[in-house]
Amino acid sequence: MSGWLSARTVTVVVLLAALAFLPVYVELGGSRFLLTLFTRIIILAMAAVSLNLILGFGGMMSFGHAVYLGIGGYAVGMLAHEGIYSGFVQWPVALAASALFALVIGALSLRTRGVYFIMITLAFAQMAYYIVAGLARYGGDDGLTIYKRSQFFEPINLSNKTQFYYICLFLLYASIYLVWRMVNSRFGMVIQGSRANDTRMRAIGFPTFRYKLTCFVIAGTLCGLAGALLANHTDFVSPAMMYWTRSGDLIIMVVLGGMGSVVGPVFGAVVLLVLEQALSGITEYWQIILGPLLLLVVLFARGGIDGLLGRVRHA
Amino acid sequence: MTLFIEQCLNGLQFGLLLFMLAAGLTLVFGIMDLVNLAHGSLYMIGAYFAATFTAWTGNFLLGVAMALAGTLLVGMALEVVVMRRLYGRDHLDHVLATFGLILFFDETVRLIWGPAGLSLPLPSWLNAPVQILPGVYYSAYKLSIIIVSLAVAVGLYFLVMRTRVGMLIRAGASNREMVGALGVNIKLLYTLVFGLGAALAGLAGLMQAPILTVQIGMGEIIIILAFVITVIGGIGSIRGAFVAAIFIGVVDTLGRAFFPDLLRMVLSPAAASTAAPALSSMLIYLLMAIVLVLKPEGLFSAGNK
Repeated sequence: MSGWLSARTVTVVVLLAALAFLPVYVELGGSRFLLTLFTRIIILAMAAVSLNLILGFGGMMSFGHAVYLGIGGYAVGMLAHEGIYSGFVQWPVALAASALFALVIGALSLRTRGVYFIMITLAFAQMAYYIVAGLARYGGDDGLTIYKRSQFFEPINLSNKTQFYYICLFLLYASIYLVWRMVNSRFGMVIQGSRANDTRMRAIGFPTFRYKLTCFVIAGTLCGLAGALLANHTDFVSPAMMYWTRSGDLIIMVVLGGMGSVVGPVFGAVVLLVLEQALSGITEYWQIILGPLLLLVVLFARGGIDGLLGRVRHA
Repeated sequence: MTLFIEQCLNGLQFGLLLFMLAAGLTLVFGIMDLVNLAHGSLYMIGAYFAATFTAWTGNFLLGVAMALAGTLLVGMALEVVVMRRLYGRDHLDHVLATFGLILFFDETVRLIWGPAGLSLPLPSWLNAPVQILPGVYYSAYKLSIIIVSLAVAVGLYFLVMRTRVGMLIRAGASNREMVGALGVNIKLLYTLVFGLGAALAGLAGLMQAPILTVQIGMGEIIIILAFVITVIGGIGSIRGAFVAAIFIGVVDTLGRAFFPDLLRMVLSPAAASTAAPALSSMLIYLLMAIVLVLKPEGLFSAGNK
């Protein structure tokens, strides 16, 4: 807590402000591609923020978080395929489906801990992947093209790139605010307490299972919203959205940014996706660089970017 | 009936193959407390090595032997360079670091062998069907996979339970410092165990190679099944891995073969053919869910830890 003008506060404010002014820069003659890239970054940052809620604060190492991207995305895609374009139907369905899936998976997975939890969330996410890949009506393996984005009332038009960017950005800011409020509430304290010592939390009378399950469902729902946005952004959904390596990408964003820091995942998403873009410009085999880089971060820079910026960690 | 026997054998063969993957995974976890997502990469490397070396030497058995030795060496090198630094750290670190390794291995394979898959042709003496029961023929190659895997399973049991090295491995699992203090080179022991796990994965990969194509990402698909098996069997238990692997192999194979027909009896043909692929791929995960509800620590967790 080194006053307001620390390196960290400045970076956070600069990043959030830069994101807000990006469309202005694009209008003034920047590349249109930047807008598309950063819309994607913002949506995935939102997914990472939601993962951080359970991974960073709750200590629940879910390796199947991308499944909610897929569920949210497919809710939009399937309804559009059936001729229902209203966002007032699509989005609530996306949220409800994600919440329901998280509730069932969470209730089963949270009975276990540690490695079991990692592997079980992974396996259930793969199950969803194979189910969706088997749905011939909705394109199966090949995925589903969405011909019309979600429809809302008059001034809101998701097909307008700048408007869509600001909607995504607004929702990202809103989810950061939501997570920040939750983490600092009594509920958040219980969740963090349970990460530190679950037995002790139960001994002083908190039914931690219920708290953790609630947290798991909230994170899943938030990620489902990101999935609905992603489907609208790419105009396409496919099972690949929820393949387990996508979940791995989300974990990388959280850890790269700094676990258990509210804005950390945003750093992580920006850095990972910009790096991906830059490296793939240099060589086709960019993952050969990214893989070892990841290894080095794990071995030598555990606090992530937010750690490097000198955030005080309350362990 | 013939079809049923054949599918049962297919299930057994698949299960034994999965066992070799899961055994390495559970061995490394039980002894070094290390979660290795990149285990599937070693499976892939085994298959690529076998395809390459067989093409070089023109001899299937020689190629396979070289591939096995190669995977063992890659595994041991991997342990010395990377894994050694991960012992005693958080499981999340393991997951991330080995995820990075997957990206690295996939891309390296793409760089060396190109994006297109390879194939590993079988020699003619393994390609013919053999008569196993009067009137029942079965692929000689799949039969030899069953025999080899069973031999490996028995060998592994003897190695871990009946030899001096196995005793050290078990002792190292329960108390690393104590074994080290007694003058055992624990670092070398761990390198050997990791190499053994790698060789098992490589063996599974190269045995599967003639049946499927050798391609990038082949390990990522099958490793999930290996995870399901370790979870069901209880992490760290080889016995549990064996039982769960056979179980999953048989259920998955029979489910895919006969579930659509069963469904057709209940639903309309159109609905059945839509739902069947999705439902039969769900089957093993449902099983896992049931096991978890009844025994959250897996079937054999207490036995061999």
